Amino acid sequence: MPDRRMIVLAAIALIAVLLFLTVGLRGNVQFVLQLRALKLLALLQVAISIAVSTVLFQTVTANRILTPSIMGLDALYLFGQTALIFALGGFGYASLDAGTKFGAEVLLMIALAGALLWPLIRTRMDMNLMLLMGVTLGLLFRSLSQLLSRLLDPNAFAIVQTASFANFNMLRADLTILGTIITLAAVVVSWRARHVLDIVGLGREAAIGLGVSWIRTAAGLLLLVAILVAVSTALVGPVVFFGLLVAALAERVMRTQRHALLLPAAALIAIIILVGGQTLLQHGLGGASTLGVVIEFVGGLVFLALLFHESRK
Amino acid sequence: MTGRPCAKPQATKVAACAAFVVLVLLSICIGAGEFSPRGLFTDPQALELFLVSRLPRTVAAVLTGAALSIAGLIMQALVRNRFVEPSTAGTAQSASLGILIMTLFFPGAALAVKTLAASILALLGTSLFLAMAHRLPPAQPYLVPLFGLVYGGVIGAVVTFVGWQTELLQYIDIWTNGEFSGVVRGRYELLWGTAVMLVVAWRVADRLTLLSLGRDVSIGLGLGYQRTLQLGLVIVSVISALTVTIVGIIPFVGLVVPNLVSRIMGDNLRGTIPWVALSGAALVLSCDILGRVIRYPYEIPVATVMGVVGAFLFLYLMFQRSAHA
Amino acid sequence: MIVIENVSLSHRDTPILRDIDLSLPRGGITALVGPNGAGKSSLFSLIARLQPLQKGRITVDDMPVDTTPSRTLAQRLAILRQDGAVANRLTVREIVGFGRFPHHRGRPAAEDLALVDAALSEFDLHSLADRFIDTLSGGQRQRAIVAMTFCQGTDYLLLDEPLNNLDMFHARQLMRCLRTIADERQRTAIIVLHDINQAASYADRIVALRDGRVIADGTPDDVLTEDHLESIFGYRMKVEHMNGKPFVLHHL
Repeated sequence: MPDRRMIVLAAIALIAVLLFLTVGLRGNVQFVLQLRALKLLALLQVAISIAVSTVLFQTVTANRILTPSIMGLDALYLFGQTALIFALGGFGYASLDAGTKFGAEVLLMIALAGALLWPLIRTRMDMNLMLLMGVTLGLLFRSLSQLLSRLLDPNAFAIVQTASFANFNMLRADLTILGTIITLAAVVVSWRARHVLDIVGLGREAAIGLGVSWIRTAAGLLLLVAILVAVSTALVGPVVFFGLLVAALAERVMRTQRHALLLPAAALIAIIILVGGQTLLQHGLGGASTLGVVIEFVGGLVFLALLFHESRK
Repeated sequence: MTGRPCAKPQATKVAACAAFVVLVLLSICIGAGEFSPRGLFTDPQALELFLVSRLPRTVAAVLTGAALSIAGLIMQALVRNRFVEPSTAGTAQSASLGILIMTLFFPGAALAVKTLAASILALLGTSLFLAMAHRLPPAQPYLVPLFGLVYGGVIGAVVTFVGWQTELLQYIDIWTNGEFSGVVRGRYELLWGTAVMLVVAWRVADRLTLLSLGRDVSIGLGLGYQRTLQLGLVIVSVISALTVTIVGIIPFVGLVVPNLVSRIMGDNLRGTIPWVALSGAALVLSCDILGRVIRYPYEIPVATVMGVVGAFLFLYLMFQRSAHA
Repeated sequence: MIVIENVSLSHRDTPILRDIDLSLPRGGITALVGPNGAGKSSLFSLIARLQPLQKGRITVDDMPVDTTPSRTLAQRLAILRQDGAVANRLTVREIVGFGRFPHHRGRPAAEDLALVDAALSEFDLHSLADRFIDTLSGGQRQRAIVAMTFCQGTDYLLLDEPLNNLDMFHARQLMRCLRTIADERQRTAIIVLHDINQAASYADRIVALRDGRVIADGTPDDVLTEDHLESIFGYRMKVEHMNGKPFVLHHL
């Protein structure tokens, strides 16, 4: 029997989607609809990949505050991208087709993320230290990307601020199909693993005790996380606190740790915030490009509240 | 970690001074235009270049580096945590919010007035951070810096949002991304205010050290705890506001320099303040010089260079510390 | 003389101290005993103005602690807290030297330096004088902090479990040292002690607290009886006499 809260969430998400497609429709309706549908597809991918990757990551690390982006993974992706341009030269990079480019970036991302996150699976470190290192690594990779792009093109005015916030208005159409395939595959894989995930969430020792082959499972899940982060970052850029916001809300709404409920709820909430927020900002409060900043602001506040709350328990 | 203060403090100190002098000379000699120190006495154009650009830039880098590392040092004493500094705890971001507000509502105000507003906002933002930091459990030393980083990020998001809406993003980049290329005679003199703060800090060094021993110990020793706390907050805020207004945010200086000096010389601020200031100046100078030569004749902002160098140093410090704990 | 009149304290509706009336004349050693949570540390905080008074009045040599300038009090009264953890990289000599701060405010005179030296010898710290405090063992650090409190040179010393982390040798030395300054220099020490036999041997007076109230007050001989001890600690223990002093077999 589907949960009643889930139905409500799904209904709101559907309304958000419909509003996104239809509000303020004028001119060449067919053309505009087509454009909006493409954009919607991209937004859905971003929402789902961030929600799923965050929930998976929190499960593997048995931690409610860690998210891939707080650990600096999307800054890592941007760095990989810049490094690739740096290595191949602007021209060589531009001559690659979108699929190959994305493939190379994802591979680089997996390698770097693996190197960073491996110690995290192997040994338990002080959580706060880990978080702090993650945030610092994020800053480091951001500065490194900046440095590399300055080295590449010293004349370009560095639009540092705009590059460090997600832009949901200028989505990359060339990755839509590839992104859809990856996102769908990830959804299928994590859905089928939902019961295993419940056990993984109990922590390393308990999971091993219950017969989960820990290293393989954890490594597989982190691989999935790395790919999903690559998808969302490639599409819109880094969103540090969105995943945290979504996962925390999903848990508050569903009041459960069961992934069969948590995963879809997180995805639906992500869709509601992204698609709904985009509609609202586009047609109500001017400037659609600011959604990223607003999400960072609210998500940051949620993060502070969580930290404060958890630490005072 | 060594048990005793550095065995050869004298040698280290002499080496530090020598390195500093070399860096100053390098900073004066390196730049886009032709310049040689000999020309100072023969060529009036060279003298002009020296007085208008090279000297102000070098002085600004020295003042900024010294002031930022002292601000970090004081911040660490106030919060009683080694891993905080103004740019990672919302002080610098609050200051830039202050300038932004002034630019929006009083675009004609003098730079000094804008800096004053920035100081006030920085003071408010830092006081709020301090109040929260003192409520976090002291047994978790990494929680406070983490909290500060995100707190600063949230304030930064507000600044970006407002800047975006009002199309002031270009200005915001100037305040948030520190660089010295815009420093010329007539546009940096306000930075001397940081020197005043440095002198004040040195004069109250003992009280600041006591502060870092905690509230109970300082009150037990008859320190006006609240007043010293407020004085420290003012020094930190004014330094942040001045540097943000004139140079822009430079990350990590206040974080890594006091930590590195503390390893060698300890935490008695009366003795260490001059060396923290000197090392901070040297670090910022070298990052600025690096930014000038790495893609000569173009310049890479000092904040970007420091973002990389400082993050590496900071990670190193954290690894070291967790290995010892 | 420290006079405590009618002092009560509560934290979020939980009473911690109830109507304490106590006067502690100049000179001698007073031991404060009682089970965990009896309110001993809270009472110390109030006397040492670390916490604002909620109700009642406390004076040190007729100076009310809540209105007297902090520095004036710091020249009369020193406090050693239980959690005096110092994580800084200060040398032992520096930390002991900060005990003189209330007197010189940052400009130590020759006399201050001599007193620091004396305190270092007193607590067997000379060989550690130039070590950073964060490289010492718990007991060595405790000695350094005790030395700093001594160095403050005040008439009144409030010591909250000063024997924490100390080995038997140094614990004995500290208690004897307190005895000496109390006898020869008319100084006053008020100590929270968990080892009741230390109190029996060294204290002139024992004040027992339980649930925020003073439930026994008097000489060791008066207080350390089987009945009193049961009402303080909640179980019956045997009391013997050795060398004319009570000896409590609390561990049996």
